[in-house]
Amino acid sequence: MSMSVSRIARAVAAKDLRIELRSRVVSNQVLPFSGLVMIMFAFALDNDDVLQRVAGGLVWLATLFSLFILVQRTFAVETYDGALDSLRVAGVNPQGIFIGKSVALFVQLLVLELVLFVAAVVLYRVNVNGSGVVLLVTCVLCATAGLAFVGTLYGGLTAGARGRETLLPLLLLPVVAPVLICATRATESAFRSGGVTVGEGWPWVGVLAVFAAVFGLGGLLSFGSLIEE
Amino acid sequence: MSTEAQTFKGVGTPATRMYGLMAIVALGWVLLGGLIFTPEDAVQGDAVRIMYVHVPTAWIAYLAFIVTGVASACWMIGRKHSLGFDRVAGASAEVGVVFMAMTLLSGSLWGRITWGTFWVWDPRLTTTAFMFVTYIGYLAVRGLGGTAQQRARRSSVIALLAVLEIPLVHFSVVMWRSLHQRATVLSPDGDIKMDGLMLFTLLFGVFGFSVLFAWLVSHRQRIMAMQDARQTSALDVAVAERLKEAQA
Amino acid sequence: MNHAGFIIAVYGITFGVIVGLAIYTIRQGRNLSRTVADKDKPWT
Repeated sequence: MSMSVSRIARAVAAKDLRIELRSRVVSNQVLPFSGLVMIMFAFALDNDDVLQRVAGGLVWLATLFSLFILVQRTFAVETYDGALDSLRVAGVNPQGIFIGKSVALFVQLLVLELVLFVAAVVLYRVNVNGSGVVLLVTCVLCATAGLAFVGTLYGGLTAGARGRETLLPLLLLPVVAPVLICATRATESAFRSGGVTVGEGWPWVGVLAVFAAVFGLGGLLSFGSLIEE
Repeated sequence: MSTEAQTFKGVGTPATRMYGLMAIVALGWVLLGGLIFTPEDAVQGDAVRIMYVHVPTAWIAYLAFIVTGVASACWMIGRKHSLGFDRVAGASAEVGVVFMAMTLLSGSLWGRITWGTFWVWDPRLTTTAFMFVTYIGYLAVRGLGGTAQQRARRSSVIALLAVLEIPLVHFSVVMWRSLHQRATVLSPDGDIKMDGLMLFTLLFGVFGFSVLFAWLVSHRQRIMAMQDARQTSALDVAVAERLKEAQA
Repeated sequence: MNHAGFIIAVYGITFGVIVGLAIYTIRQGRNLSRTVADKDKPWT
């Protein structure tokens, strides 16, 4: 009997999130790491005005650095006991696996970004209000969706075999560059850094939405091929 | 196993020898024409000589990227999943990455002369740099090992995702740079009034490099075919030996 | 010729790499051809 894609997706997502809740790898390791990165930026840049100006970019850079760890973690739980292989061999629809893992990664990324934005407000003294909040939330949702899809896709490819994990940053960074560019510009608009108005941020969010759609669809179509051995 | 009487069958065929010859002639002309016979440009001066090399290599780099994408799509769509397409995709990427490196190098030296800097965050330049890194990632994926079909499947997906990704990168960078609205005074291959000989050298160069590309890809593709064949037959030999051992 | 250094460098590197790549490809092709059976060479 074959389960529907949405049932598979829900099961996989729930499994991943439950594993995280029990093992607390993200909350105990990745979040502190990303907080540290934000502090390291302050050491390196050493200028309050500069920090406030570039805060948007720093948040998304820290997100991307942590993304690699999150993606490798989400697939480490699969390859550790050959769980992914078992799923495949059992004939589970890979699209369901893709959606499920993307959703779990999305949730973990959102938590991460929340922490990073709080750090930015506290450490770099940015503030957001009114229409800026709406822009920021929309930006975060679209960007995170894109990152979750891309991370799951390329993570599936580089999971497992020796010498593959190091491939992930090389493959992923060029692909997420549009997210970095657009999310940073939109976030700067939301923060009103350097005199940018909130209105100017929306076109960037548009590109983020397109990115998420393209890679969501691309991932659905290609995830199966990438995890096959 | 060929006997003395058989002729040695290498990688060249009459067709590739013809390309090779055409490439040598055209490239020889570019070398002589570019350095000696063509005049210097009214605006750029001698810097335009770099263009005779830079423009063709850039053209080949982009062409190689397209060929890799198309060949990957052909592999994927074909029912037989003919490995020839996968090999063309790989060969094209290998050649493309070399030419892209040369493009970035010649471009940055040209920029040093005309703009005074080795690099500007121009959308086309930035996207080209991204394509370069993407190629490298693609070649790394090809090197992951496994059977030829596994390699073909993984690489074709990566190549097609790259085809999706590069326009997105380019578009984002264009939007990004338009914020800064710096007028680039001289773009690498526009705004040049070229006289007859200069234009001919440039176009002949594009032709010559294209033929060179075809020659390189044909040869690389055949080499890869032989490497794959060796891997298969090595596997067959190993299996046969194990069987003999088992029966003994 | 102005900026002769840069221009010679560009031409030198570009043509040098091309010639080197061509020679490498031909040699690799020949060496492999010796070890592979003719039936595996569909272009001949």
